Amino acid sequence: MTQPDDFGFTEEAALLKESARKFFSEHFSVDKLHTMVAADPTPERAPEVNWDAALWQQMVDLGWSLLAVPEEQGGVGMPLVGVAGLVEELGRAAFPCPLLSTLSASYVLAASGDGAHQALEEIAAGETAALAMVNASGSWSPADTSVSASGGRISGTAWYVQDAGKVSRLLVCARAGDKLGLYWVAADAAGVEITQDGIVDPTRDQAHIQFSDVEAVCVSEQAGEAFAAAMPAIWTLHAADMVGAGEWQLQTTVEYVNQRQQFDKPLGFFQAVKHPLVNVMIDIDEAKSLVYASACAVDCEPDKAAQYAHMAQASASDMAGFASSRSVQYHGGIGFTWECYVHLFFKRQKHSQMLWGDGPWHRARLAEILIDSAA
Amino acid sequence: MADEQLKDTPEQAEFRQRARAWIEDNRPAEPPVRLPQTPLEIMTPEQMDYLQAWQKAAYDAGLVGCDYPEAVGGRGMTDCQRIANEEMMRARTPYFPNVIGLGMAAPTVFYHGQEALKERLLPRLFSGEDIWCQGFSEPGAGSDLASVQTFAERKGDKWVINGHKVWTSLAHFAEWMIILLRTDKSVKHDGLSYFVVPIRSALGNGVTVRPLIKMTGETGFNEVIFEDLEVDDSFRLDELGKGWQVAMTTLAHERGAGELVTPRSGGMVNKSSHSTSASALIKLAHATARNGGTAADDPLLRDRIMQQAIHEAGFAASQRRSRVPALLDHPMRLPLQNKLLMSEISQGTSGLAMDIEGAASSLYLGDANAPDGGQWPMAYMNSFGFTIAAGTSEVQRNILGERVLGMAKSK
Repeated sequence: MTQPDDFGFTEEAALLKESARKFFSEHFSVDKLHTMVAADPTPERAPEVNWDAALWQQMVDLGWSLLAVPEEQGGVGMPLVGVAGLVEELGRAAFPCPLLSTLSASYVLAASGDGAHQALEEIAAGETAALAMVNASGSWSPADTSVSASGGRISGTAWYVQDAGKVSRLLVCARAGDKLGLYWVAADAAGVEITQDGIVDPTRDQAHIQFSDVEAVCVSEQAGEAFAAAMPAIWTLHAADMVGAGEWQLQTTVEYVNQRQQFDKPLGFFQAVKHPLVNVMIDIDEAKSLVYASACAVDCEPDKAAQYAHMAQASASDMAGFASSRSVQYHGGIGFTWECYVHLFFKRQKHSQMLWGDGPWHRARLAEILIDSAA
Repeated sequence: MADEQLKDTPEQAEFRQRARAWIEDNRPAEPPVRLPQTPLEIMTPEQMDYLQAWQKAAYDAGLVGCDYPEAVGGRGMTDCQRIANEEMMRARTPYFPNVIGLGMAAPTVFYHGQEALKERLLPRLFSGEDIWCQGFSEPGAGSDLASVQTFAERKGDKWVINGHKVWTSLAHFAEWMIILLRTDKSVKHDGLSYFVVPIRSALGNGVTVRPLIKMTGETGFNEVIFEDLEVDDSFRLDELGKGWQVAMTTLAHERGAGELVTPRSGGMVNKSSHSTSASALIKLAHATARNGGTAADDPLLRDRIMQQAIHEAGFAASQRRSRVPALLDHPMRLPLQNKLLMSEISQGTSGLAMDIEGAASSLYLGDANAPDGGQWPMAYMNSFGFTIAAGTSEVQRNILGERVLGMAKSK
């Protein structure tokens, strides 16, 4: 299969991206974000799930949470390249919501065969879901799950579960003997104990979840294959979120250095400030281009999807770290305070940077594809 | 990844098919002599003759300048040069020798020259019969280009030129030079005018071309001295005092940010040619013994090779994105990165190749044991030509910061 030159980014995709940008700029300013999530600066603050569920419901009503559900199960089945445009805008707004988690769970379910249809139909009907698959040491490999299953019941603890406090369903990866299964369970089912983690990033919630002999629907006994097929889409969207947030960091910092004067000149006059910010822009552009190339590969050239997705996420992850450090540094003293909004995006990006594998992790996987296959 | 097949318009698809068929039947034979890594280091007439014959053949087949109007020697096509380039690169044809003519002089003359001048100069430029060079830099004018001092003094409808240009690639073969001249000493930018001047016909008669030797040991670029060279006013491009604006057209195309796609051929494999892509690094790593295995097993080298592969793929993806308006933030944001990224990515690749080679990176062209014939150290040294020429990387970052991000001019 060949890739279209324009990534297959259709007018429909452009409209979705444009309306997402409009939606967030109308309904969710960064002032609102700060008021909502940053009321308590105490480092030891008790974990909270701060979000605007009513605004999220508007997004569900717009159909955004079911974009990744195939049409046969009542969803939209939108090409990934269009979904990436939406997620880039979500990242720019840092809007706390379970969109990425629900899309991610949808891609895994859509790769799981007939057993997953019921779960997909529930997402199409407005339910939300998070992936529970990471063990205590933070392995991104589903085979390392520390949840086990037996006779349709699951036990054990899943760690680093994103948006656990916002979703209604959990998609759990659990080992049953020599098989790796996927289990669908209500977040409020008996025996499910969600403990919020005390995290650095106030724009999201994360939890570890203990399952104590919980009755769950087995949607697939081939979780490894489902994850392998779905991960390129998940990595791509995760990178798109970082690209959007990086663009906010760049624009906000550039605005500040163009206005703040020292030595009778705006800070941006000085090349010690100007050139690294240009490097941030270059890094964002590389990551952004790779996000759309990767999304296009998922849509049109699946055997290249993993390769492109590792590239996109490695690039975006490194960029997220660099853009974050520069955004605080070039805001100077004010950038180091709680009242300046850059810390929100700094924390979100530092969280995103490691989530689903950081730059070195993805480059190591990429090397297995590009270097070892050429041996 | 750059030669990936992407969807064409019907005109492009038809053109691609014709181009592919012609190249298949007319691919030039192996060169009789060693060719340098890039056309900017062409040293001997034998090298030049071989490459000029190739460019002429490609021009006659419609693969060079095809997006230009027929009146000036083109074919009047729409966005087909890119297709021709892809097909030539895919077939690994030799590069074109007239790179400065095609990449810089042609668009500048086309946008700023009088009709008669275009019709006279461009067909022989496209065919490669006339080689072109560029007279911008001077001993006292590098990054601060607008401070050029080479002076043209008016004498009736003639101009008399005196001064000194440097880093002039291909001047030793050139018929013509595009040149930035001072016509008014009382103002800086507005005192500049832009001309085309004949070089070869004036050698020994107002023009002296002397080779400069590069850090690699190669020649290829020169200094050019003007002593009372008389040229006609009809060789002026655009209005008097508009030289700076005309030079911006040249520089935009030189940096890959111009309107017109530059005809490009290349990739031919011969005993001295040499790919500088990440896939070449992977081959090199597999072929290099290290710690009882190969360099391809070294985790740090693997990570760095993948960084290069990602930069390369990202650059190719940005070329695609630059054609999707809905995914752009500022119209010049990607085009103005082209020169900076191409030169720095290639510098990163060749520098990494030397690290992969380890001890053997000490061996140069004359050593029979040098891996890849000693091409990597040469490529690394030559890469500084690209990060310095055509606006240094530092100047490029100023331009991006100022024109795209709106930061105050650093001067």
